[in-house]
Amino acid sequence: MDKELDIVIIGGGIIGTAIARELSKYELDIALIEKESDVGWGTTKANSAIVHTGYDPKPGSLMAKLNVEGARSFPSISEELDVPYKKIGSLVLTPNNEGFKRLEELKERGKINGVTNLEIITQSRLIDMEPNLSEDIKGALWVKDTAITSPVELAIAFRENAEKNGVKFIFDTSVIGFEIEEGRVMAVKTDKSIIGAEWIINAAGIFSDEIARLAGDDAFTITPVKGEYALFDKEVGNLVNHIIFPLPTESTKGILVLPTVDGNLLVGPNEHITTKEDTEVIQEGLEEVLNFAKREYPCLPLNMIITVFAGLRAKALDRGDFVIEPSQSVKNLINVGGIQSPGLSSAPSIAKYVIEILKDKGVKLSPKSSFVPERKSIPRFSHLSWEEREALIKKDPTYGELICRCEYVTLGEVIEAIRRGATTLDGIKFRVKAGSGRCQGGFCGPRLIPLLSQLLEIPPEEITKKGRNSKLVVGETR
Amino acid sequence: MKRFNTDIAIIGGGPAGLAAAIRAGELGANVVLIERDFELGGILNQCIHPGFGLSLFGIELTGPEYAERFIEKVYTLNNIKILLSTMIIDIQDKIIYGVNKYDGVISIKAKAIILSMGCRERTRGALGIPGERPAGIYTAGSAQRLINIEGLMPGERVVILGSGDIGMIMARRFVLEGAEVLGVLEKLSYPGGLTRNVVQCLEDFNIPLYLNHTITGIKGKYRLEGVVAEDLINKKKFSLDVDTLLLSVGLIPENELSRKIGVMLDPRTSGPVVTQDRETNISGVFACGNVLQVHDLVDEVTRESYMAAEGAIKYISSERKVGGIMDVRPGENVRYIVPQRLTLPIEKPLYVYFRPLEPLTDCQIIGECNGKIYSLGKTEYARPGEMIKLRLRKDILDSGSDIKIKLEGEKV
Repeated sequence: MDKELDIVIIGGGIIGTAIARELSKYELDIALIEKESDVGWGTTKANSAIVHTGYDPKPGSLMAKLNVEGARSFPSISEELDVPYKKIGSLVLTPNNEGFKRLEELKERGKINGVTNLEIITQSRLIDMEPNLSEDIKGALWVKDTAITSPVELAIAFRENAEKNGVKFIFDTSVIGFEIEEGRVMAVKTDKSIIGAEWIINAAGIFSDEIARLAGDDAFTITPVKGEYALFDKEVGNLVNHIIFPLPTESTKGILVLPTVDGNLLVGPNEHITTKEDTEVIQEGLEEVLNFAKREYPCLPLNMIITVFAGLRAKALDRGDFVIEPSQSVKNLINVGGIQSPGLSSAPSIAKYVIEILKDKGVKLSPKSSFVPERKSIPRFSHLSWEEREALIKKDPTYGELICRCEYVTLGEVIEAIRRGATTLDGIKFRVKAGSGRCQGGFCGPRLIPLLSQLLEIPPEEITKKGRNSKLVVGETR
Repeated sequence: MKRFNTDIAIIGGGPAGLAAAIRAGELGANVVLIERDFELGGILNQCIHPGFGLSLFGIELTGPEYAERFIEKVYTLNNIKILLSTMIIDIQDKIIYGVNKYDGVISIKAKAIILSMGCRERTRGALGIPGERPAGIYTAGSAQRLINIEGLMPGERVVILGSGDIGMIMARRFVLEGAEVLGVLEKLSYPGGLTRNVVQCLEDFNIPLYLNHTITGIKGKYRLEGVVAEDLINKKKFSLDVDTLLLSVGLIPENELSRKIGVMLDPRTSGPVVTQDRETNISGVFACGNVLQVHDLVDEVTRESYMAAEGAIKYISSERKVGGIMDVRPGENVRYIVPQRLTLPIEKPLYVYFRPLEPLTDCQIIGECNGKIYSLGKTEYARPGEMIKLRLRKDILDSGSDIKIKLEGEKV
């Protein structure tokens, strides 16, 4: 058995990494175990990337509290960790006059939850703000503080900062059980090793109920709910100026149309209960999403789609709220499950809430004097001014070598992404965007395989798209 | 910022840019030729199969051999400055901005610009093929790059969607490398590429071509484990057990830079609207090669690029006479025509290039001009995969009126 750790976090999504970073402020020995090859590859990489203000969750719920607190801390945390955050505002549309009543209710709910900057606007104002919108739309609730971010970049930033502050990240490792004595987890059994720990934090997303069950706790059940998306070329990223919501139902915020922080247009998601491994886009689902968006935006250019994808929401349907609590049956297990929307918006406050639970449990938390709060992102060539580009290339000529033509990503950025922990094509894509553009890696992919092979010192046939068996080539030619 | 001043700046050092540079250089202009890769030649470098140059040189060359003829020549001309590994990011008026690792940020001020950026492949995302998103799905050109340049095999059991030329060429290439190619699936009722590739790449290697078939599902979470194919006639679905899917489903001219300077694009070609000199609607900005229209044969790219270079020379030497304009429009059964616009006076023999909408036999080419009908020629077969080149009669051109060209024939 490895050295006894103070805390093991299971799951490297936005929640696990946020908790890791928050805990790295204290004198603790921490490891995070992730079954994939990188952080943020579950729900974190396939969602709408919105920081909701918190007008929507049921007043009094944990969701309402943590959403509002989380959203408030996003600007400072994004600055500290150098992650994109753009407050562009959202519009909840009503297609008829009856809908104004619903908008009033939402606004009222927002007030109760402590959300300000809400305004109901009528059609003429709306068309000024969103000129491409269908004339059938009658009005909207304007939520001025809603923002967009990049969830995977945030998870990566949490990881980098947590690592700098001493947290150990263990990838490609699945938890397969626990050693339990007298109602306490003594050690975490993985497919690679056994890791002893004082406290276990279960942030395993879609699989968090299964992890809890491995420890003998069946207090909650996760229902995976699939959402399908279409991502459009940057050429049409300016079709909308705000995040466009339909009137919400009790279970979902509906199918959205919004710009991404990278300037693309994103449409989705629908909502279908499914199984835990199912991230398959189906034809009917895609049509559902596109047809819905077309009603709001009749000019939606379907020929500008660059990719389609699906993500899973981890819903604890029986609870109807986040499940963030010490296990009732296992003394040193803390479950952080059922983190559906607004989970991203709540991530910073969920991490703080977990700290409070640990304090309540008597865990000694002494602040680490050496804690470094800041993290700088990889310089992104495409975001720089000509003067900044000139200076950067002078310092390091690899920043003058373009490797991704669509997103203007340089060799320097790719090398830095690999240095910071990217081991796969997707790892590079999520860090610096190479391969995420209109040619979808057609040009840079064949060049990145040999580069990864060279820098990681492993043969090309071991290089993968996204870990495990996602090998890109089978060997050399004859 | 390192600044260059030149007569003609050419963006893209593939076959189009090379030919344009040579012709402009031979005619005495100062040229800056800009290439984003570390070597000239463009996509020809990975096209190691023969079949290039038959029309222009009368012999069959491989892609690299064809490119070499031009690359050698371009380096002998002292008035051509070549910038390799240089990416152009912006154009404002006639000033081009880019970067490379040697000079940092550069700007090139040119009297005329020739756009020769080529094209890119349509992707799975653009097609919206449903399913999972595993490794093992490649565009045909990416697979070609991996095999022919990087020396890496993408997979062992392959199916190809789309019967574009690169797809068929890669079907043969995979077989030659010992892989199993289960077939080429084509959504339409006729092949997308050249007949000679159907014969030489598929039939000669016993690779089945399934017309009226497409792919409706992708299996495998990490590496591709199979695809679901559909026979579009009888609506039957069946699975193919493959680890690799290649896509050869069309090429898209890369006009992102062109759009930045306001070049008007023809929705039919996805390339610029040009005159017989290959000049766009922006005065002094020319386009040639696959950025203008996706060609079947590199020989025609070379010829078109000579025209663009000559046009640019005429533009900078202010020898141009300015007359009227005639439009050339596609009529019935014609997918597109290049050039779309003729400027008068027309001083040289004039050829138009076009493709039928669908395959036709016993085909008449008919012109309509000023309410009169002209018989312009006939062809036994007309196929969308094979561009038709037609010299326009002097009497039509002399009329100075807009022309519509249509095809009449038996549908296949």
